Amino acid sequence: MASTLKTATHDGPLLEVRGVTLQYKTKDHLVTATYRVDFDVYNSDRFVLLGPSGCGKSTLLKAVGGYMPPVEGEIRLKGEVVRRPGPDRMMVFQEFDQLLPWRTVKENVMFPLRTGGRLSRRAAEAKAMEYIAKVNLSKFADSYPHTLSGGMKQRVAIARGMAMEPAILLMDEPFAALDALTRRKMQDELLSLWEGTRFTVLFVTHSIPEAIKIGSRILLLSPHPGQVKAEIESLPASADGATVSALEKRIHSMLFADTIEGGTE
Amino acid sequence: MTRSAIVPSGRPEILREPIASEAFGIVQKPLSTWERITNVGALRKLALLVVLAVIWEVYARQLNNPLLFPTFGSTIRAFVHGFVDGTLFAKSVTSLQVLVKGYAAGIACAAVLTMVAITTRIGTDLLELLTSMFNPLPAIALLPLSLIWFGLGEGSIIFVIIHSVLWAVALNTHSGFLSVSNTLRMVGRNYGLRGLPYVVRILIPAAFPSILTGLKIGWAFAWRTLIAAELVFGVSSGSGGLGWYIYENKNELEIPAVFAGLFTVIVIGLIVENVIFRTIEMRTVRKWGQQN
Repeated sequence: MASTLKTATHDGPLLEVRGVTLQYKTKDHLVTATYRVDFDVYNSDRFVLLGPSGCGKSTLLKAVGGYMPPVEGEIRLKGEVVRRPGPDRMMVFQEFDQLLPWRTVKENVMFPLRTGGRLSRRAAEAKAMEYIAKVNLSKFADSYPHTLSGGMKQRVAIARGMAMEPAILLMDEPFAALDALTRRKMQDELLSLWEGTRFTVLFVTHSIPEAIKIGSRILLLSPHPGQVKAEIESLPASADGATVSALEKRIHSMLFADTIEGGTE
Repeated sequence: MTRSAIVPSGRPEILREPIASEAFGIVQKPLSTWERITNVGALRKLALLVVLAVIWEVYARQLNNPLLFPTFGSTIRAFVHGFVDGTLFAKSVTSLQVLVKGYAAGIACAAVLTMVAITTRIGTDLLELLTSMFNPLPAIALLPLSLIWFGLGEGSIIFVIIHSVLWAVALNTHSGFLSVSNTLRMVGRNYGLRGLPYVVRILIPAAFPSILTGLKIGWAFAWRTLIAAELVFGVSSGSGGLGWYIYENKNELEIPAVFAGLFTVIVIGLIVENVIFRTIEMRTVRKWGQQN
């Protein structure tokens, strides 16, 4: 329960992103993915990075994950500059192949808990089972990933991320490859998990309804290269349909204002 | 924009109750005994072996020339005789001992070479260059040179076995490492794994299907190189192996014993492939769903 309270020693935002410019090389181009992006994530935020494809939101998440150094600006987690990937920023990927195929569900959740001798075998097992129960997969604890459905794999990945009790959970379109029904169910489950532990999550999506539903705060990014367009509050789950669709429209017009001016629709 | 266009026009809704499962004839039924027997791969292969043995026996009897082509029966008799008096068994053990030494050394060399290849770019170039140079070179072609370097004995055979194992294993392991999905790599680094633990705990299991293929090819290369090398320069360390047994019996025109020697080579090959490697496969890549 107290997982995210580890940050109590650090004042100010949990995650600070300051003027971050990210570039990557393709075979024959140097591409600027984001340009001078700023935002702050506070404890227990459900912070959503929202934007059309090509706005560099996944690249931004990878940079926070430590996979990619910024060319300009810096990323600080609890005041420490992010330099390399680490288990204090557990990632949940979009792909179903993120689980280690040679380990069972339980072993997959236990693996990061055990590496570097963080926990004893018994403690890791207890903690793994606790989080597997949270995502309702206790029955499948001894199954291998290839026997699970896509939604179940993503739930294992979420359990694995949460079991580590990271400072921040990074989710890169984790539900994008799921069918619509499963996706809605997973969104509800994620929210109820959040109600239970109030972990901090940075969530990437290109779906406006998903951003409103999952997020407590939403960062809108413009494409080519990604720049901050707005940072807005989302709505509580109790908001009625009309309010939600008004916000959807507002976000839509903010994101696609330029293209609408172009005339076609 | 109105959504009325989507509403269907005047057709009634259809609602049905699904029938309870007891009403079906069969929902799940065990397979018949015959179906289950034919599902066992080992039994199907055994049946094929029996057919081949029968064809051999019939052909050899028609030919009726034990010097050219002994019958299956007399080969088996020579085989059993060889095992009962211990010669064939001793020769097999000698051969297998040399093989295991060479195979292990070859894999160790391949591990070092691949490790260098995945950590540095120049290492990759080195591996690719060496593999393309030496992989097509038959190990037996190195035997004369090996004899000069290491003398008449185990050392020179082990040298050619290393040569035959090294490139196949290194090439397959390296291409296996390259094909590990980017997501899995990122997952491994997310856990904070780096260096050797990262290779051992993420890359090797993830690339295991390719590594296993490399090991199988390497084993087959090593086995045939060994037998051929023994044939070429006979007695190595006093007792000699299976290749020497074949050569010796040919000189004495003990053709059934020659066939028994060949038969042993084949049987050992079958056992390694279908028992040892099959078990490893079952317990790893098949269980993990990396291979069907």
